[in-house]
Amino acid sequence: MPLDPSFIGRTYPPTEPYEVGREKIREFAAAIGDANPAYTDVEAAKALGHPDVVAPPTFPFVLGFRAAAQVINDPELGLDYSRVVHGDQKFAYTRPVRAGDLLSVTVSIDAIKSLAGNDVLTVRGEVVDAGGEHVVTSIMTLVARAADEAGEE
Amino acid sequence: MAVRFDEVQVGTELPAQSFPVTRATLVQYAGASGDFNPIHWNEKFALEVGLPDVIAHGMFTMAEAARVVTDWVGDPAAVVEYGVRFTKPVVVPNDGVGATVEVTAKVAALLEDNRVRVDLVATSEGQKVLGMARAVVRLG
Repeated sequence: MPLDPSFIGRTYPPTEPYEVGREKIREFAAAIGDANPAYTDVEAAKALGHPDVVAPPTFPFVLGFRAAAQVINDPELGLDYSRVVHGDQKFAYTRPVRAGDLLSVTVSIDAIKSLAGNDVLTVRGEVVDAGGEHVVTSIMTLVARAADEAGEE
Repeated sequence: MAVRFDEVQVGTELPAQSFPVTRATLVQYAGASGDFNPIHWNEKFALEVGLPDVIAHGMFTMAEAARVVTDWVGDPAAVVEYGVRFTKPVVVPNDGVGATVEVTAKVAALLEDNRVRVDLVATSEGQKVLGMARAVVRLG
């Protein structure tokens, strides 16, 4: 069953603040094998003009993914997550995420389209810091593949 | 040692890199990112949902490709926009070798305010795994 287009424009409540820790950034940088000292060495980060270590550009997905769970698990929307693949992902940064940030994400459904029987859902996450200042916008498309076997709905 | 805007032109190539991916890499990335979807670590599950084998997290591949840009500019904050489309999965066999993601990138456009658009190409086993992979980077 196609997703209900009346969900376009729906905005979910902001997430509880996520506290970004130095060790979490270190763990993430190690997991992607990235030795950039700005991620682990406070002095190196300060030399670049940052108040503390910064996170790699794709780190905000850690927050965006948790926040998007509100959409994925919305019983009224009825997305079948077992059919969902990540179609594309974009980030637009005002500044990098950094250690000490308290970040909250407000998720909205920007678009719902039907393409070749697949539902394509565009989910935007606005990430702001404790002062309400914009840090990064995440835009992801989720593609829910159509039921392709006879009798499957 | 920051890259200066007046040093680059359309067509300037960034140093290419190859990134190895094993099952251990994927388990480590799952833990760090919180994305525990079993298609990224459970072969039986991956086959059941129609995949050829365990596949890498798209976001892992996106993170590796970004390293070509951030290693070039030095300061990760220089990246002001970054986007990719996940076109093909990176298949990661459990053979002790795994897969390799090859990433090339070049300056595709000069923009205002000392910014440039960098277009990236990421392949694995000769297949393009990212589409429309682009970063906007502010240079010195």
